[in-house]
Amino acid sequence: MLKVDGIDTYYGLGHILHSVSLTVKRGEIVCLLGRNGAGKTTTMRSIMGLTPPRRGSILFKGEPILGVKPFRISRKGIGFVPDSREVFADLSIEENLEISERRFEGRVFWDREKAYELFPALKKICSRKAGCLSGGERQMLTIARALATNPDFLLLDEPTEGLAPLVVAMLVEKIAELRSFGLTVLLAEQNQKVALGLSDRAYIIDNGAIRWHGAVGELRENEAVRKKYLLV
Amino acid sequence: MHPAIHLTLVSLIQQVLVGLGKTTTLFIVSSGLTLVLGVLRIPNISHGALYMVGAFLAYSITRMLGGGAAGFFASLLLAPLAVAFLSLLAERFLLSRLYERDHLMLLLFTFALALIFDDLVKIVWGSGYRSLPLPAMFQGSFSFLGLALPRYSLFLLCVGPLVAIGLWFLINRTKIGKISRAAAVHREMVGAVGINVGWVFAAVFMIGCFLAGLGGALVAPTQSISQGMDASIIIEAFLIVIMGGLGNVWGALLGSLIFGLTDSLGVLILPQFSIVFPYAAVIVVLLLRPSGLLKSAW
Ligand SMILES: Nc1ncnc2c1ncn2[C@@H]1O[C@H](COP(=O)(O)OP(=O)(O)OP(=O)(O)O)[C@@H](O)[C@H]1O
Ligand SMILES: [Mg+2]
Repeated sequence: MLKVDGIDTYYGLGHILHSVSLTVKRGEIVCLLGRNGAGKTTTMRSIMGLTPPRRGSILFKGEPILGVKPFRISRKGIGFVPDSREVFADLSIEENLEISERRFEGRVFWDREKAYELFPALKKICSRKAGCLSGGERQMLTIARALATNPDFLLLDEPTEGLAPLVVAMLVEKIAELRSFGLTVLLAEQNQKVALGLSDRAYIIDNGAIRWHGAVGELRENEAVRKKYLLV
Repeated sequence: MHPAIHLTLVSLIQQVLVGLGKTTTLFIVSSGLTLVLGVLRIPNISHGALYMVGAFLAYSITRMLGGGAAGFFASLLLAPLAVAFLSLLAERFLLSRLYERDHLMLLLFTFALALIFDDLVKIVWGSGYRSLPLPAMFQGSFSFLGLALPRYSLFLLCVGPLVAIGLWFLINRTKIGKISRAAAVHREMVGAVGINVGWVFAAVFMIGCFLAGLGGALVAPTQSISQGMDASIIIEAFLIVIMGGLGNVWGALLGSLIFGLTDSLGVLILPQFSIVFPYAAVIVVLLLRPSGLLKSAW
Protein backbone atom coordinates (compact mmCIF):
# COMPACT_ATOMS: atom_id res chain seq x y z
CA MET A 1 0.00 0.00 0.00
CA LEU A 2 2.86 2.33 0.88
CA LYS A 3 6.24 1.96 -0.73
CA VAL A 4 9.01 4.33 0.31
CA ASP A 5 12.08 3.87 -1.84
CA GLY A 6 15.48 5.38 -1.10
CA ILE A 7 14.41 8.80 0.20
CA ASP A 8 16.92 11.44 1.32
CA THR A 9 15.51 14.22 3.47
CA TYR A 10 17.23 17.41 4.59
CA TYR A 11 16.45 20.13 7.11
CA GLY A 12 18.16 23.05 5.45
CA LEU A 13 21.72 21.84 5.07
CA GLY A 14 21.35 19.01 7.59
CA HIS A 15 21.16 15.68 5.78
CA ILE A 16 18.82 13.68 8.04
CA LEU A 17 17.53 10.65 6.16
CA HIS A 18 19.91 8.53 4.11
CA SER A 19 18.23 6.40 1.49
CA VAL A 20 15.37 5.20 3.70
CA SER A 21 13.19 2.48 2.18
CA LEU A 22 10.22 0.72 3.68
CA THR A 23 6.99 -0.88 2.60
CA VAL A 24 3.68 -1.35 4.34
CA LYS A 25 1.10 -3.75 2.97
CA ARG A 26 -2.65 -3.27 3.26
CA GLY A 27 -3.99 -4.30 6.66
CA GLU A 28 -0.61 -4.41 8.37
CA ILE A 29 0.62 -2.57 11.42
CA VAL A 30 4.29 -1.83 10.88
CA CYS A 31 6.45 -0.10 13.43
CA LEU A 32 9.43 2.14 13.02
CA LEU A 33 11.70 1.85 16.03
CA GLY A 34 14.61 4.04 16.95
CA ARG A 35 16.23 6.14 19.63
CA ASN A 36 15.68 9.85 20.16
CA GLY A 37 16.79 11.74 17.09
CA ALA A 38 17.06 8.62 14.95
CA GLY A 39 14.82 10.05 12.25
CA LYS A 40 11.37 8.55 12.96
CA THR A 41 9.52 11.83 12.90
CA THR A 42 11.43 12.97 9.83
CA THR A 43 10.39 9.79 8.02
CA MET A 44 6.73 10.36 8.93
CA ARG A 45 6.91 13.99 7.84
CA SER A 46 8.57 12.99 4.59
CA ILE A 47 5.74 10.62 3.77
CA MET A 48 3.14 13.24 4.64
CA GLY A 49 4.85 15.78 2.40
CA LEU A 50 5.58 18.18 5.27
CA THR A 51 9.34 17.98 4.71
CA PRO A 52 9.55 16.65 1.17
CA PRO A 53 12.55 14.41 0.46
CA ARG A 54 15.04 15.57 -2.16
CA ARG A 55 15.61 12.15 -3.67
CA GLY A 56 13.88 8.82 -3.89
CA SER A 57 10.26 7.94 -4.47
CA ILE A 58 7.14 7.33 -2.43
CA LEU A 59 4.22 5.37 -3.83
CA PHE A 60 0.86 5.26 -2.09
CA LYS A 61 -1.68 2.82 -3.57
CA GLY A 62 0.59 2.75 -6.60
CA GLU A 63 0.53 6.53 -7.11
CA PRO A 64 3.65 8.66 -6.66
CA ILE A 65 3.12 11.17 -3.84
CA LEU A 66 6.57 12.68 -3.55
CA GLY A 67 6.32 16.42 -4.10
CA VAL A 68 2.54 16.38 -3.64
CA LYS A 69 1.19 18.96 -1.16
CA PRO A 70 0.22 17.63 2.29
CA PHE A 71 -3.47 18.49 1.89
CA ARG A 72 -3.65 16.39 -1.29
CA ILE A 73 -1.80 13.54 0.38
CA SER A 74 -4.33 13.68 3.20
CA ARG A 75 -7.17 13.54 0.68
CA LYS A 76 -5.63 10.47 -0.91
CA GLY A 77 -6.27 8.70 2.39
CA ILE A 78 -3.30 9.18 4.70
CA GLY A 79 -4.12 10.30 8.23
CA PHE A 80 -1.35 11.99 10.21
CA VAL A 81 -0.99 11.97 14.00
CA PRO A 82 1.94 14.26 14.88
CA ASP A 83 4.32 13.53 17.72
CA SER A 84 3.79 16.96 19.26
CA ARG A 85 0.11 16.22 19.97
CA GLU A 86 -0.71 19.47 18.25
CA VAL A 87 -4.45 20.02 18.48
CA PHE A 88 -6.17 23.16 17.21
CA ALA A 89 -6.04 24.71 20.65
CA ASP A 90 -8.41 27.62 20.02
CA LEU A 91 -11.20 25.35 18.83
CA SER A 92 -13.44 22.99 20.76
CA ILE A 93 -13.10 19.24 20.31
CA GLU A 94 -16.20 19.26 18.13
CA GLU A 95 -14.79 22.03 15.93
CA ASN A 96 -11.45 20.24 15.66
CA LEU A 97 -13.26 17.27 14.19
CA GLU A 98 -15.66 19.38 12.15
CA ILE A 99 -12.99 21.15 10.13
CA SER A 100 -11.08 17.91 9.61
CA GLU A 101 -14.07 15.91 8.48
CA ARG A 102 -13.97 15.20 4.79
CA ARG A 103 -16.58 13.21 2.97
CA PHE A 104 -14.99 11.68 -0.08
CA GLU A 105 -16.84 10.69 -3.16
CA GLY A 106 -17.58 7.00 -2.83
CA ARG A 107 -16.72 5.14 0.31
CA VAL A 108 -16.96 7.10 3.54
CA PHE A 109 -16.06 4.98 6.46
CA TRP A 110 -14.65 7.35 9.03
CA ASP A 111 -16.35 10.56 10.03
CA ARG A 112 -16.90 12.55 13.19
CA GLU A 113 -19.48 10.17 14.64
CA LYS A 114 -17.39 7.12 13.97
CA ALA A 115 -14.39 8.76 15.63
CA TYR A 116 -16.53 9.52 18.70
CA GLU A 117 -17.60 5.88 18.77
CA LEU A 118 -13.99 4.88 19.09
CA PHE A 119 -13.35 7.47 21.81
CA PRO A 120 -16.63 7.95 23.71
CA ALA A 121 -14.70 9.95 26.32
CA LEU A 122 -14.30 12.75 23.77
CA LYS A 123 -18.00 12.88 22.99
CA LYS A 124 -18.76 13.69 26.61
CA ILE A 125 -16.55 16.78 26.60
CA CYS A 126 -17.01 17.72 22.95
CA SER A 127 -17.60 21.42 23.60
CA ARG A 128 -14.46 21.82 25.65
CA LYS A 129 -11.60 23.83 24.21
CA ALA A 130 -8.86 21.59 22.88
CA GLY A 131 -6.24 23.81 24.50
CA CYS A 132 -7.49 22.77 27.96
CA LEU A 133 -7.21 19.01 27.52
CA SER A 134 -4.95 16.60 29.37
CA GLY A 135 -2.18 14.79 27.52
CA GLY A 136 -4.22 11.62 27.10
CA GLU A 137 -7.29 13.50 25.90
CA ARG A 138 -5.19 15.42 23.44
CA GLN A 139 -3.76 12.25 22.02
CA MET A 140 -7.26 10.80 21.65
CA LEU A 141 -8.24 13.97 19.84
CA THR A 142 -5.28 13.93 17.43
CA ILE A 143 -6.13 10.34 16.54
CA ALA A 144 -9.84 11.11 16.23
CA ARG A 145 -9.02 14.12 14.09
CA ALA A 146 -6.88 12.03 11.76
CA LEU A 147 -9.72 9.50 11.54
CA ALA A 148 -12.25 12.22 10.73
CA THR A 149 -10.38 12.81 7.47
CA ASN A 150 -11.50 9.30 6.48
CA PRO A 151 -8.10 7.70 5.92
CA ASP A 152 -7.30 4.12 5.09
CA PHE A 153 -3.71 4.55 6.17
CA LEU A 154 -2.54 6.10 9.44
CA LEU A 155 0.83 7.59 10.36
CA LEU A 156 1.09 7.44 14.15
CA ASP A 157 4.09 9.23 15.61
CA GLU A 158 4.86 8.07 19.18
CA PRO A 159 1.25 8.05 20.34
CA THR A 160 2.08 6.77 23.81
CA GLU A 161 5.08 8.93 24.64
CA GLY A 162 4.94 10.45 28.11
CA LEU A 163 1.50 9.12 29.04
CA ALA A 164 0.43 7.28 32.17
CA PRO A 165 0.46 3.44 31.92
CA LEU A 166 -3.34 3.21 32.10
CA VAL A 167 -3.73 5.66 29.24
CA VAL A 168 -1.08 3.82 27.24
CA ALA A 169 -2.96 0.56 27.71
CA MET A 170 -6.19 2.20 26.53
CA LEU A 171 -4.52 3.66 23.44
CA VAL A 172 -2.89 0.34 22.57
CA GLU A 173 -6.29 -1.28 22.71
CA LYS A 174 -7.77 1.39 20.42
CA ILE A 175 -4.94 1.11 17.90
CA ALA A 176 -5.42 -2.65 17.79
CA GLU A 177 -9.12 -1.99 17.23
CA LEU A 178 -8.30 0.26 14.26
CA ARG A 179 -6.81 -2.67 12.45
CA SER A 180 -10.09 -4.57 12.76
CA PHE A 181 -11.71 -1.66 10.87
CA GLY A 182 -9.33 -2.27 7.99
CA LEU A 183 -6.88 0.53 8.68
CA THR A 184 -3.24 0.14 7.82
CA VAL A 185 -0.83 1.72 10.28
CA LEU A 186 2.76 2.90 10.31
CA LEU A 187 3.68 3.42 13.95
CA ALA A 188 6.80 5.25 15.14
CA GLU A 189 7.75 4.20 18.67
CA GLN A 190 10.49 4.16 21.25
CA ASN A 191 8.45 2.05 23.60
CA GLN A 192 9.39 -1.46 22.48
CA LYS A 193 6.73 -3.14 24.56
CA VAL A 194 3.96 -1.17 22.88
CA ALA A 195 5.44 -1.48 19.41
CA LEU A 196 6.19 -5.18 19.51
CA GLY A 197 2.81 -5.94 21.05
CA LEU A 198 0.91 -4.20 18.27
CA SER A 199 2.89 -4.73 15.10
CA ASP A 200 3.36 -7.41 12.48
CA ARG A 201 6.68 -6.20 11.21
CA ALA A 202 9.34 -3.77 12.38
CA TYR A 203 11.93 -1.47 10.89
CA ILE A 204 14.78 -0.13 12.98
CA ILE A 205 16.11 3.28 12.10
CA ASP A 206 19.29 4.77 13.48
CA ASN A 207 21.11 7.92 12.44
CA GLY A 208 18.72 8.40 9.55
CA ALA A 209 19.18 5.00 7.94
CA ILE A 210 17.23 1.74 8.18
CA ARG A 211 19.48 -0.77 9.97
CA TRP A 212 17.26 -3.80 10.30
CA HIS A 213 13.85 -5.05 9.31
CA GLY A 214 11.89 -8.19 9.81
CA ALA A 215 8.97 -9.79 11.58
CA VAL A 216 8.29 -8.77 15.14
CA GLY A 217 8.86 -12.33 16.38
CA GLU A 218 12.38 -12.28 14.99
CA LEU A 219 13.12 -8.99 16.67
CA ARG A 220 11.98 -10.36 20.02
CA GLU A 221 14.48 -13.18 19.67
CA ASN A 222 17.27 -10.99 18.36
CA GLU A 223 18.74 -9.54 21.53
CA ALA A 224 21.87 -8.27 19.75
CA VAL A 225 20.02 -5.99 17.33
CA ARG A 226 17.82 -4.60 20.07
CA LYS A 227 20.81 -3.90 22.25
CA LYS A 228 22.73 -2.26 19.44
CA TYR A 229 20.04 0.11 18.15
CA LEU A 230 17.37 0.50 20.76
CA LEU A 231 18.97 0.65 24.18
CA VAL A 232 19.66 4.16 25.30
CA MET B 1 -29.07 73.29 35.65
CA HIS B 2 -26.35 75.92 35.41
CA PRO B 3 -25.91 76.89 31.73
CA ALA B 4 -22.15 76.31 31.72
CA ILE B 5 -22.46 72.80 33.09
CA HIS B 6 -25.26 72.13 30.67
CA LEU B 7 -23.08 73.30 27.82
CA THR B 8 -20.18 71.04 28.74
CA LEU B 9 -22.47 68.07 29.24
CA VAL B 10 -23.96 68.66 25.82
CA SER B 11 -20.59 68.99 24.17
CA LEU B 12 -19.35 65.94 26.05
CA ILE B 13 -22.17 63.80 24.71
CA GLN B 14 -21.69 65.19 21.23
CA GLN B 15 -17.96 64.55 21.31
CA VAL B 16 -18.51 61.01 22.55
CA LEU B 17 -20.78 60.45 19.59
CA VAL B 18 -18.23 61.89 17.18
CA GLY B 19 -15.58 59.73 18.84
CA LEU B 20 -17.70 56.62 18.42
CA GLY B 21 -18.13 57.47 14.75
CA LYS B 22 -14.37 57.70 14.40
CA THR B 23 -14.09 54.46 16.38
CA THR B 24 -16.22 52.75 13.77
CA THR B 25 -13.92 53.52 10.86
CA LEU B 26 -10.85 52.78 12.94
CA PHE B 27 -12.33 49.45 14.01
CA ILE B 28 -13.32 48.48 10.48
CA VAL B 29 -9.86 49.22 9.13
CA SER B 30 -7.86 47.78 12.01
CA SER B 31 -9.96 44.61 12.33
CA GLY B 32 -9.08 43.82 8.73
CA LEU B 33 -5.42 44.46 9.44
CA THR B 34 -5.43 42.31 12.56
CA LEU B 35 -7.31 39.48 10.84
CA VAL B 36 -4.62 39.21 8.18
CA LEU B 37 -1.90 39.58 10.79
CA GLY B 38 -3.36 36.84 12.97
CA VAL B 39 -4.16 34.25 10.32
CA LEU B 40 -1.61 34.83 7.58
CA ARG B 41 1.00 36.28 9.96
CA ILE B 42 1.59 39.14 7.57
CA PRO B 43 1.84 42.73 8.75
CA ASN B 44 0.14 44.17 5.67
CA ILE B 45 1.59 47.63 5.17
CA SER B 46 -0.45 48.07 2.00
CA HIS B 47 -3.63 48.01 4.10
CA GLY B 48 -3.57 51.82 4.33
CA ALA B 49 -3.11 52.17 0.58
CA LEU B 50 -6.09 49.89 0.02
CA TYR B 51 -8.12 52.10 2.36
CA MET B 52 -7.15 55.06 0.18
CA VAL B 53 -8.05 53.17 -2.99
CA GLY B 54 -11.42 52.43 -1.34
CA ALA B 55 -11.99 56.12 -0.69
CA PHE B 56 -11.10 57.17 -4.24
CA LEU B 57 -13.24 54.39 -5.69
CA ALA B 58 -16.14 55.45 -3.48
CA TYR B 59 -15.72 58.98 -4.85
CA SER B 60 -15.82 57.82 -8.46
CA ILE B 61 -18.65 55.37 -7.97
CA THR B 62 -20.82 57.90 -6.13
CA ARG B 63 -20.15 60.47 -8.85
CA MET B 64 -20.88 58.00 -11.62
CA LEU B 65 -24.21 57.13 -10.05
CA GLY B 66 -25.31 60.74 -9.82
CA GLY B 67 -23.83 61.76 -6.47
CA GLY B 68 -26.97 61.07 -4.43
CA ALA B 69 -27.79 58.70 -1.61
CA ALA B 70 -28.17 55.77 -4.02
CA GLY B 71 -24.66 56.35 -5.32
CA PHE B 72 -23.34 56.60 -1.78
CA PHE B 73 -24.90 53.32 -0.66
CA ALA B 74 -23.80 51.56 -3.83
CA SER B 75 -20.26 52.79 -3.27
CA LEU B 76 -20.27 51.36 0.26
CA LEU B 77 -20.65 47.93 -1.28
CA LEU B 78 -18.91 48.26 -4.64
CA ALA B 79 -15.76 50.10 -3.56
CA PRO B 80 -14.78 47.51 -0.92
CA LEU B 81 -15.64 44.70 -3.34
CA ALA B 82 -13.34 46.19 -5.94
CA VAL B 83 -10.60 46.57 -3.32
CA ALA B 84 -11.13 42.95 -2.28
CA PHE B 85 -10.79 41.85 -5.89
CA LEU B 86 -7.59 43.84 -6.28
CA SER B 87 -6.20 42.24 -3.13
CA LEU B 88 -7.17 38.79 -4.35
CA LEU B 89 -5.10 39.35 -7.48
CA ALA B 90 -2.15 40.54 -5.41
CA GLU B 91 -2.50 37.52 -3.10
CA ARG B 92 -2.90 34.86 -5.77
CA PHE B 93 -0.24 36.08 -8.16
CA LEU B 94 2.35 37.50 -5.78
CA LEU B 95 1.90 37.08 -2.05
CA SER B 96 0.94 33.39 -2.12
CA ARG B 97 4.35 32.58 -3.57
CA LEU B 98 6.10 34.10 -0.58
CA TYR B 99 4.45 32.43 2.43
CA GLU B 100 7.44 30.18 2.97
CA ARG B 101 9.78 33.17 3.23
CA ASP B 102 10.52 34.93 6.52
CA HIS B 103 8.59 37.82 7.99
CA LEU B 104 11.01 40.48 6.85
CA MET B 105 10.54 39.44 3.25
CA LEU B 106 6.75 39.56 3.60
CA LEU B 107 6.93 42.93 5.31
CA LEU B 108 9.07 44.36 2.53
CA PHE B 109 6.77 42.89 -0.05
CA THR B 110 3.63 44.46 1.41
CA PHE B 111 5.55 47.74 1.55
CA ALA B 112 6.20 47.37 -2.17
CA LEU B 113 2.52 46.66 -2.68
CA ALA B 114 1.68 49.86 -0.82
CA LEU B 115 3.91 51.85 -3.18
CA ILE B 116 2.30 50.17 -6.19
CA PHE B 117 -1.24 50.95 -4.98
CA ASP B 118 -0.16 54.53 -4.22
CA ASP B 119 1.05 54.96 -7.77
CA LEU B 120 -2.07 53.32 -9.09
CA VAL B 121 -4.08 56.01 -7.35
CA LYS B 122 -1.82 58.70 -8.85
CA ILE B 123 -2.25 57.27 -12.33
CA VAL B 124 -6.01 56.94 -12.14
CA TRP B 125 -7.02 59.98 -10.09
CA GLY B 126 -4.03 62.30 -10.47
CA SER B 127 -2.35 63.93 -7.52
CA GLY B 128 -5.02 66.49 -6.60
CA TYR B 129 -7.51 65.90 -3.85
CA ARG B 130 -11.21 65.21 -4.18
CA SER B 131 -14.12 65.80 -1.95
CA LEU B 132 -17.48 64.20 -1.80
CA PRO B 133 -20.52 65.76 -0.12
CA LEU B 134 -22.48 63.74 2.38
CA PRO B 135 -25.78 62.57 0.95
CA ALA B 136 -28.57 64.95 1.97
CA MET B 137 -30.08 62.46 4.41
CA PHE B 138 -26.87 62.47 6.48
CA GLN B 139 -26.22 66.19 6.45
CA GLY B 140 -26.65 68.24 9.59
CA SER B 141 -27.67 66.95 12.94
CA PHE B 142 -30.54 65.29 14.56
CA SER B 143 -31.97 67.14 17.56
CA PHE B 144 -32.74 65.06 20.54
CA LEU B 145 -33.40 66.42 24.05
CA GLY B 146 -31.64 69.61 23.14
CA LEU B 147 -28.63 67.73 21.76
CA ALA B 148 -27.49 68.19 18.19
CA LEU B 149 -26.31 64.75 17.14
CA PRO B 150 -24.50 64.62 13.77
CA ARG B 151 -26.51 62.31 11.54
CA TYR B 152 -23.52 60.71 9.88
CA SER B 153 -21.99 59.79 13.24
CA LEU B 154 -25.29 58.14 14.14
CA PHE B 155 -25.14 56.22 10.87
CA LEU B 156 -21.57 55.10 11.58
CA LEU B 157 -22.72 54.04 15.01
CA CYS B 158 -25.12 51.60 13.34
CA VAL B 159 -22.56 50.31 10.84
CA GLY B 160 -19.90 49.57 13.48
CA PRO B 161 -21.88 46.99 15.45
CA LEU B 162 -23.12 45.40 12.22
CA VAL B 163 -19.55 44.84 11.08
CA ALA B 164 -18.56 43.59 14.54
CA ILE B 165 -21.44 41.09 14.60
CA GLY B 166 -20.62 40.02 11.06
CA LEU B 167 -17.01 39.41 12.01
CA TRP B 168 -18.01 37.55 15.15
CA PHE B 169 -20.25 35.30 13.07
CA LEU B 170 -17.57 34.77 10.46
CA ILE B 171 -14.90 33.85 12.99
CA ASN B 172 -16.95 31.71 15.35
CA ARG B 173 -19.73 30.21 13.32
CA THR B 174 -18.46 29.57 9.82
CA LYS B 175 -16.17 26.81 8.71
CA ILE B 176 -13.72 29.22 7.16
CA GLY B 177 -13.57 31.15 10.42
CA LYS B 178 -12.84 27.99 12.39
CA ILE B 179 -10.19 26.94 9.89
CA SER B 180 -8.63 30.41 10.14
CA ARG B 181 -8.43 30.14 13.91
CA ALA B 182 -6.74 26.78 13.55
CA ALA B 183 -4.41 28.01 10.81
CA ALA B 184 -3.37 31.02 12.86
CA VAL B 185 -1.61 28.68 15.27
CA HIS B 186 -1.04 25.37 13.48
CA ARG B 187 -0.76 26.12 9.80
CA GLU B 188 1.06 22.91 8.95
CA MET B 189 -1.44 20.67 10.71
CA VAL B 190 -4.36 22.31 8.89
CA GLY B 191 -2.80 21.16 5.64
CA ALA B 192 -2.21 17.71 7.08
CA VAL B 193 -5.94 17.20 7.74
CA GLY B 194 -6.64 17.81 4.07
CA ILE B 195 -7.52 21.50 4.00
CA ASN B 196 -6.13 23.60 1.16
CA VAL B 197 -4.66 26.35 3.31
CA GLY B 198 -3.83 28.47 0.28
CA TRP B 199 -7.46 29.22 -0.46
CA VAL B 200 -8.25 29.88 3.17
CA PHE B 201 -5.44 32.44 3.24
CA ALA B 202 -6.67 34.02 0.03
CA ALA B 203 -10.17 34.33 1.45
CA VAL B 204 -9.00 35.81 4.74
CA PHE B 205 -6.71 38.26 2.95
CA MET B 206 -9.60 39.30 0.75
CA ILE B 207 -11.94 39.80 3.72
CA GLY B 208 -9.28 41.84 5.53
CA CYS B 209 -8.75 44.07 2.51
CA PHE B 210 -12.49 44.38 1.95
CA LEU B 211 -12.62 45.97 5.40
CA ALA B 212 -9.85 48.42 4.44
CA GLY B 213 -11.89 49.41 1.38
CA LEU B 214 -15.07 49.72 3.44
CA GLY B 215 -13.28 52.00 5.89
CA GLY B 216 -12.11 54.16 3.00
CA ALA B 217 -15.58 54.32 1.49
CA LEU B 218 -17.09 55.31 4.86
CA VAL B 219 -14.72 58.23 5.42
CA ALA B 220 -14.85 59.43 1.80
CA PRO B 221 -17.69 61.92 2.37
CA THR B 222 -16.24 63.21 5.65
CA GLN B 223 -12.77 64.37 4.70
CA SER B 224 -10.73 65.38 1.70
CA ILE B 225 -9.76 62.34 -0.30
CA SER B 226 -6.10 62.72 -1.05
CA GLN B 227 -2.75 61.10 -1.58
CA GLY B 228 -1.27 60.61 1.84
CA MET B 229 -4.49 59.63 3.59
CA ASP B 230 -3.02 56.12 3.67
CA ALA B 231 -0.05 57.15 5.80
CA SER B 232 -2.00 58.36 8.81
CA ILE B 233 -4.50 55.50 8.84
CA ILE B 234 -1.87 52.78 8.63
CA ILE B 235 -0.03 54.22 11.62
CA GLU B 236 -3.24 54.48 13.62
CA ALA B 237 -4.36 51.01 12.60
CA PHE B 238 -1.06 49.41 13.55
CA LEU B 239 -1.08 51.20 16.91
CA ILE B 240 -4.60 49.94 17.55
CA VAL B 241 -3.69 46.40 16.56
CA ILE B 242 -0.64 46.44 18.81
CA MET B 243 -2.65 47.95 21.65
CA GLY B 244 -5.42 45.37 21.32
CA GLY B 245 -3.20 42.29 20.98
CA LEU B 246 -1.88 41.12 17.60
CA GLY B 247 -4.40 39.20 15.57
CA ASN B 248 -7.25 39.73 18.04
CA VAL B 249 -10.33 41.27 16.42
CA TRP B 250 -11.91 42.15 19.79
CA GLY B 251 -8.64 43.74 20.81
CA ALA B 252 -8.91 45.89 17.70
CA LEU B 253 -12.39 46.92 18.84
CA LEU B 254 -11.12 47.90 22.28
CA GLY B 255 -8.12 49.68 20.81
CA SER B 256 -10.32 51.61 18.39
CA LEU B 257 -12.60 52.68 21.22
CA ILE B 258 -9.67 53.97 23.23
CA PHE B 259 -8.13 55.68 20.22
CA GLY B 260 -11.35 57.17 18.89
CA LEU B 261 -12.65 58.41 22.24
CA THR B 262 -9.40 59.92 23.50
CA ASP B 263 -9.09 61.64 20.13
CA SER B 264 -12.50 63.29 20.29
CA LEU B 265 -12.55 63.97 24.03
CA GLY B 266 -9.08 65.49 23.90
CA VAL B 267 -10.59 68.30 21.87
CA LEU B 268 -12.66 69.28 24.90
CA ILE B 269 -9.71 69.37 27.25
CA LEU B 270 -6.83 70.85 25.27
CA PRO B 271 -7.99 71.69 21.76
CA GLN B 272 -4.52 72.78 20.58
CA PHE B 273 -2.92 69.51 21.65
CA SER B 274 -5.81 67.15 21.03
CA ILE B 275 -3.79 65.07 18.58
CA VAL B 276 -1.51 64.01 21.44
CA PHE B 277 -4.18 62.24 23.46
CA PRO B 278 -4.69 59.05 21.47
CA TYR B 279 -0.94 58.50 21.21
CA ALA B 280 -0.52 59.12 24.92
CA ALA B 281 -3.26 56.53 25.50
CA VAL B 282 -1.36 54.02 23.39
CA ILE B 283 1.77 54.59 25.46
CA VAL B 284 -0.12 54.17 28.74
CA VAL B 285 -1.77 50.96 27.54
CA LEU B 286 1.51 49.50 26.35
CA LEU B 287 3.30 50.45 29.57
CA LEU B 288 0.63 48.64 31.57
CA ARG B 289 0.16 45.73 29.17
CA PRO B 290 3.14 45.41 26.85
CA SER B 291 1.64 42.49 24.93
CA GLY B 292 -1.68 44.21 24.33
CA LEU B 293 -5.05 44.30 26.04
CA LEU B 294 -6.34 40.94 24.84
CA LYS B 295 -4.69 37.67 23.96
CA SER B 296 -2.30 37.98 21.08
CA ALA B 297 -2.29 35.29 18.39
CA TRP B 298 1.48 35.54 18.03
N1 LIG C 1 13.41 21.30 12.27
C1 LIG C 1 14.63 20.72 12.31
N2 LIG C 1 15.71 21.37 11.87
C2 LIG C 1 16.94 20.81 11.89
N3 LIG C 1 17.17 19.56 12.34
C3 LIG C 1 16.13 18.84 12.77
C4 LIG C 1 14.80 19.39 12.79
N4 LIG C 1 13.96 18.45 13.29
C5 LIG C 1 14.73 17.38 13.58
N5 LIG C 1 16.03 17.61 13.27
C6 LIG C 1 17.14 16.66 13.42
O1 LIG C 1 16.83 15.52 12.68
C7 LIG C 1 17.25 14.35 13.34
C8 LIG C 1 16.11 13.35 13.37
O2 LIG C 1 15.04 13.91 14.14
P1 LIG C 1 13.64 13.21 14.30
O3 LIG C 1 12.75 14.20 14.93
O4 LIG C 1 13.24 12.64 13.01
O5 LIG C 1 13.97 12.05 15.32
P2 LIG C 1 12.98 11.07 16.07
O6 LIG C 1 13.45 9.71 15.75
O7 LIG C 1 11.57 11.38 15.76
O8 LIG C 1 13.31 11.37 17.58
P3 LIG C 1 12.33 11.39 18.86
O9 LIG C 1 12.22 10.00 19.32
O10 LIG C 1 13.06 12.23 19.83
O11 LIG C 1 11.04 11.98 18.43
C9 LIG C 1 17.73 14.77 14.71
O12 LIG C 1 19.14 14.73 14.70
C10 LIG C 1 17.26 16.19 14.85
O13 LIG C 1 18.19 16.95 15.56
MG1 LIG D 1 9.94 12.08 16.88
